[in-house]
Amino acid sequence: MDTREKDIEKLKDYKYGFTTDIENIKAPKGLNEDVIKFISNIKKEPKWMLDFRLKAYERLKLLKEPNWQKPKYPKIDYQDLYYYSAPKSMSDKPKSLEELDPKLLETYKKLGIPLQEQARLNGIAVDAVFDSVSVATTFKGELTKHGIIFCSMSEAIQKHSDLVKKYLGSVIPVTDHFFATLNSAVFTDGSFVYIPEGVKCPMELSTYFRINASETGQFERTLIIADKGSYVSYLEGCTAPMRDENQLHAANVELIALDDAEIKYSTVQNWYPGDENGKGGIYNFVTKRGLCKGRNSKISWTQVETGSAITWKYPSCILKGDNSIGEFYSIAITNNHQKADTGTKMIHLGKNTKSKIISKGISAGFSDMTYRGLVDINSKAKNSSNYTQCDSLLMGNKCGAHTVPYIKNKNFDSNIAHEATTSKISEEQLHYCQQRGLNPEEAVGLIVNGFCKEVLQQLPMEFAVEAQKLVGISLEGSVG
Amino acid sequence: MRDQLQSDFDKIVKTSKFSNEEIKFKKNFLNNFIKKGFPNRKLEDWKFLDISQIIKKNISDLSFFNDYSQSNKIDSSIFIDGLEHNKIVFINGRIEKIDFKFEDQNKIEIIDETKKETSFNYENSLIDLNNAFTDKGTKILIKKNYFLKKPLIIYHSTNNEIKSTNINLRLDFEISENSCLKLIDYFANNTAKNFTNIFYNFNLEKNSILKNYKIDKFRNNNLRYSFNNIKQGNNSVSETFILSTGSDYFKNEINCNLNGEYSSAFINGIFSLTKNQQHEIRTTINHLAENTKSYQLIKSVLGKNSKSAYQGRIFVNSKAQKTDGYQLSKAILLDETSEFNAKPELEIYADDVKCSHGSASGSLDENSIFYLMSRGLNYQQSKELLINGFLLDVIEKITDTEIRNLIKNIIG
Repeated sequence: MDTREKDIEKLKDYKYGFTTDIENIKAPKGLNEDVIKFISNIKKEPKWMLDFRLKAYERLKLLKEPNWQKPKYPKIDYQDLYYYSAPKSMSDKPKSLEELDPKLLETYKKLGIPLQEQARLNGIAVDAVFDSVSVATTFKGELTKHGIIFCSMSEAIQKHSDLVKKYLGSVIPVTDHFFATLNSAVFTDGSFVYIPEGVKCPMELSTYFRINASETGQFERTLIIADKGSYVSYLEGCTAPMRDENQLHAANVELIALDDAEIKYSTVQNWYPGDENGKGGIYNFVTKRGLCKGRNSKISWTQVETGSAITWKYPSCILKGDNSIGEFYSIAITNNHQKADTGTKMIHLGKNTKSKIISKGISAGFSDMTYRGLVDINSKAKNSSNYTQCDSLLMGNKCGAHTVPYIKNKNFDSNIAHEATTSKISEEQLHYCQQRGLNPEEAVGLIVNGFCKEVLQQLPMEFAVEAQKLVGISLEGSVG
Repeated sequence: MRDQLQSDFDKIVKTSKFSNEEIKFKKNFLNNFIKKGFPNRKLEDWKFLDISQIIKKNISDLSFFNDYSQSNKIDSSIFIDGLEHNKIVFINGRIEKIDFKFEDQNKIEIIDETKKETSFNYENSLIDLNNAFTDKGTKILIKKNYFLKKPLIIYHSTNNEIKSTNINLRLDFEISENSCLKLIDYFANNTAKNFTNIFYNFNLEKNSILKNYKIDKFRNNNLRYSFNNIKQGNNSVSETFILSTGSDYFKNEINCNLNGEYSSAFINGIFSLTKNQQHEIRTTINHLAENTKSYQLIKSVLGKNSKSAYQGRIFVNSKAQKTDGYQLSKAILLDETSEFNAKPELEIYADDVKCSHGSASGSLDENSIFYLMSRGLNYQQSKELLINGFLLDVIEKITDTEIRNLIKNIIG
């Protein structure tokens, strides 16, 4: 057995499926005003924050869960969930990493995310979110030097309330759709990033999300603000233990790019996908939205979606500023009984705005994959253009691949081009690779990586390697 | 609207000679329609153009009453010259004449239908409306091994006696093995404003061919809706061409089930719209057997305040290996106020397939205009030349030379 095979053997099972035995503080089960007050209280939030949550909760009562998506799921009992779960040792926030619960540190070590700064050579600042709360943020000193704020959401609410107050809910208002509003009411923590004017963030910022406790939903909220002329690249990764029940993850991510600013947001999503019979797994219902508020601003989403029982998300760009650019690069892989309904929305409002969508979907086993996207060029968005390409690859005839693009062009100066193809790996391609000594699985891996190359190229280096491996592993056992 | 529907329905029942069974059948559909009403934008398939709003805005006093007991005079001036053809003349919601004078009468049978096929796997309240208010059904059966010598033209016309009325037409066609029908729907340019609702049901048996050309060329104020439901057996071919430029509102829907192996469907369409026109084509091609093929090409040229929409859906079932499906929609927007919407959809459950779609929209290419102008044409001429070239592409797809020339003449 060569090393690659060993690697695969080791990785075949979901390697992040362990649980950490750690004492938790939980809010009482269920969703009501008291629970929201409990969360707000335990986090020592100011009154305006509690009002924000209660407003969202009032709104939530009027909303109905959407039902138009392709992957259907059994009804979620929102009263049977814990909305707050935190490691007990975090109730009084540790001042430094030394004070952190060793069990937590061990968990992150297992996940391959060393929090000790000295162990870090590749220079990525990490904010780690365990269940509902942020446990550690690294490289603070270095970042503060540049005036960059990178901290947990709860800390930001305390220390940078003016910024939070100004921008929180400005892209995803409390009056948005069901899951976004649910998040606004009960979100517990997340990351906050502010890049001041003219600063180019010297390192990649990264958040690592981990669901540990059972019967909890994870609701985190991320807010990234790039002030005039700044640049930031942000990475997000996620894992969860193997459980038989489905767990809900409903996060909100808001990005705001002011004049000449650029935000690059990359996700490698590897939540527990459920076992091969489709039991368990995470429901990943996330709202991600970026606002190109200023002129010449740019937001770029890159996602590699391999985990979750159901993925249902559309990272979007609102191109409000003139000359702003929105990009979306996505690889979504579904195997076994996984289901995905994902894509993007590009809403062109400003003049000379450009957007580009590259989406690659791969489905194998009994899975079902849908690309759903909207390109809307408003009548005032003169001289705008969009290019969309979505390709699907099918492996076997038990799975499905669907493409549902919505194209609206209301401006005669603007161009929209859309292309989509669906195909399978051809016998010729496989034959060619096998002739040159690759076994069928390696051949498929190679072809799939080639198929995804355009997107993988967009990822920061460290992530690209991880993602490439993930692509291979997710498709294990789907050929032959 | 409810009372109006009910009273108009009672009036029709009183004036016409329907059997009790038919009345019962119709009542059922009437109740369905009353329950659902006109489709609105909340329904996915009506998202882009909301017909309930359009009707409300254009014909606020819509009446559903058609007097099926009185015949109308046929105005022969609407007939197309220069092409020998069979006729069906449809005036004010009533079929006035069915004339297959060029054909072998033993090969064609015209059947009065009392029991219409109702099994229909598509939720659409307009079909309910059609079933409830249409006259006695007619089925045209083309027997085995017969190619119609001349095309059949259906004239859709109204006279000055009715206005603001809902007119329904239902025809069933059965094309038996090794037979061929060429069918032209010709929409006359009557000035009165009516809402026409046409429902055709085609059954294509083994090796049969259907060619359907819908010509709505001359500017008129009518609102029209047309639904083609096509079932195809082994090796059959259906070809649909839609010229959608005349009416205020026109939505063409095609639902095509490729049930037989090696069957194929071709749909080509042109929108050329101006002032306040709103047109749509929605297609669903269901690939249900192996080696089936579908091809769609839709082109739009959109002037002031006009709006076109194309919703195309290719569905491939897990049995339908070796499917070949293709969709292309292109649009030229000529004015700030024009709007193009598209939703090309692929839903695929088989792996050995070749399916793709493309969509492109934008303004006329300035470089091409510059090129033509540098060769001595003026701006207007260059523009026209480019647009004609753009649309001609679709017309060239028409396989029947005679009809292609006719359509070229009509377009001019």
